[in-house]
Amino acid sequence: MAAVQDHGHGHGHDDHHPTGIMRWVTTTNHKDIGSMYLWFSLTMFFIGGTLAMGIRAELYQPGIQILEPELFNQFTTLHGLIMVFGAIMPAFVGLANWQVPMMIGAPDMAFARMNNWSFWLLPVAGSLLIVSFFVPGGAAAGGWTFYPPLSVQGGLGVDLMIFAIHILGASSIMGSINIITTILNMRAPGLTLMKMPMFVWTWLITAYLLVLVMPVLAGVVTMLLTDRHFGTSFFNAAGGGDPVLFQHIFWFFGHPEVYIMILPAFGIVSEIIPTFARKPLFGYSSMVYATASIAILSCFVWAHHMFTAGMPVTGQLFFMYATMLIAVPTAVKVFNWTATMWRGSMTFETPMLFSIGFIFLFVIGGFSGVICAIVPIDIQVQDTYYVIAHFHYVLVSGALFALFAAAYYWLPKWTGNMYSETLGKWHFWLSMFFFNATFFVQHFLGLAGMPRRIPDYALQFADFNKISSIGAFGFGLTQVLFLYIVISCIRSGEKAPEKPWDGATTLEWTHLPTPAPYHSFETPPVIK
Amino acid sequence: MNFTMLRKLFVFSIVMFAFGYALVPFYEKFCEVTGINNLLQPDILVQETQVDTSRWITVELDANTRGLPWEFKPLQSSVRIHPGEPVDVMYEITNNTDRVVNGQAIPSYSPRSLEKYLRKFECFCFTKQVLQPNEVRQMPVQFVIESSIPADVNTVTISYTFFELPDGKKAVNEK
Repeated sequence: MAAVQDHGHGHGHDDHHPTGIMRWVTTTNHKDIGSMYLWFSLTMFFIGGTLAMGIRAELYQPGIQILEPELFNQFTTLHGLIMVFGAIMPAFVGLANWQVPMMIGAPDMAFARMNNWSFWLLPVAGSLLIVSFFVPGGAAAGGWTFYPPLSVQGGLGVDLMIFAIHILGASSIMGSINIITTILNMRAPGLTLMKMPMFVWTWLITAYLLVLVMPVLAGVVTMLLTDRHFGTSFFNAAGGGDPVLFQHIFWFFGHPEVYIMILPAFGIVSEIIPTFARKPLFGYSSMVYATASIAILSCFVWAHHMFTAGMPVTGQLFFMYATMLIAVPTAVKVFNWTATMWRGSMTFETPMLFSIGFIFLFVIGGFSGVICAIVPIDIQVQDTYYVIAHFHYVLVSGALFALFAAAYYWLPKWTGNMYSETLGKWHFWLSMFFFNATFFVQHFLGLAGMPRRIPDYALQFADFNKISSIGAFGFGLTQVLFLYIVISCIRSGEKAPEKPWDGATTLEWTHLPTPAPYHSFETPPVIK
Repeated sequence: MNFTMLRKLFVFSIVMFAFGYALVPFYEKFCEVTGINNLLQPDILVQETQVDTSRWITVELDANTRGLPWEFKPLQSSVRIHPGEPVDVMYEITNNTDRVVNGQAIPSYSPRSLEKYLRKFECFCFTKQVLQPNEVRQMPVQFVIESSIPADVNTVTISYTFFELPDGKKAVNEK
């Protein structure tokens, strides 16, 4: 084998590619790039998770035990940034890389080389964030939303963060341009837009949101950079700027961003529920319209993050009603999933468990979101643990659970091996238990007034914090089990049958062998 | 076909980058038109406020400088007033250097809710002040604290901080 392998000519024939590290550095194959995205995001997930463990360890009991306040602030800031930009977003892009071409019958992504570049920017940005802990003054510590004036005053760590965000933004924009072009131009003949799988639909809409708002984020961090070093005063009151302006521009990006992190999750769940209920998705077209409405509405609600920053009552009312309106299309989705399960022949393999867990817990997060949208309540709970509980319910048990569901659902297709169903179920139930132990009690802490981003707290919060910390340690450890399940599935999993899920109807299951070959759909399938 | 798409989407993201910057003048205009965050127009009294002679409020006057070589002080450190009564106070700046220095003052209030009840008819803040070497200037502030201010407020602070305006930079009211 080695005798005929010529490393310089990897692109000559079908499955020939450079071996070793160069295969991964130079690859333009959507499956390779998808895998790299997924491994990168899993790595960042564990790094961000370690920071979370640090935060919870400090909050285990009142007083300052392990983390000095400055370091604690760096931990909360970087935990947020790493989880949002390093773990959740790249994981969804990785899934899109693997799945979108296979689900629409395309041979690869539209711009294969740009795809390689979008990925390889990520480790650079990730390292900048991690390295920033070790520069003088430490990492950025003004919260993941990096509001001025703190972010204008911070040290070198803030500059590294700004640079990392620029790079991540460029990567996301390139990735989403690639995804949009692939979906719009490279579908198999006969696969009209309204026949596309929901996962592809949600990613199309997400990618549009990304090109809409990531450049605005790039703009606002550039303003921050010039405020810091080049004498502008966009956000500096002394120079005639306004720090509240930062919040408006940031949240113009930031609110669509939260839908960027949840819409693909909706797509995943909309694939998995019909498969395991063995029924077609209930209300397909209403799902598409609901996704589009959520995306459009998400651009008009940003100031609900700033109710206490100072705003006329008319503004507060507008943003309150607009925010609550989003509950309508979201409820359409939840009802559709429920109706899909209704009288289905359901089985409860791990992907289905995570999807149902997703619906259950995401709805809790959705409701606490509606509660936070109500101005007088928001004025009470803003910057408390109630908000922390709310967005962890939508991001952890929302986005992350959907990612786990997707990983279990497609692992057999990717690797050709089955994961251990028993361990998968353990992973689900332990995650479910510890997640709620961690975050449910934070609702009570928040309502009682415990502020976020503070390393110490008043004595009456001690019991709930202890429960929350124990839950967090359990949740963190449980994720090591996930790593073990994935690795043992790849290394020594049982051989997967051609079609392990008999309810699956999308192209990657019906038209491709398991595991998916390195090059798929070189001639497009015809969809009737 | 793919490259047409790439070009369109790329141009779109550049436009959105510019849009981020366009939000800055947009917000300024928006606030000006709607009167939100109106820093520059002198206030008018919303209603004829009664002078509440039964209450006394101590107004502490504070003055700070940041990064410019001026001496800045109020001519009286505090005044005792009745809510609803018009008050005149005087501040003084002195340029102790032998160069021309530009500065502008930014106000801040304590408690924060004072802003709602404070009506200023004349103020030197947000305006460029050019001081010749060793020049001394006195600047008046004229205000009313409305009598609707909550009864538990007995002491308020009005504070100004002078910042240097480097050459070529505009004060807030010149924009």
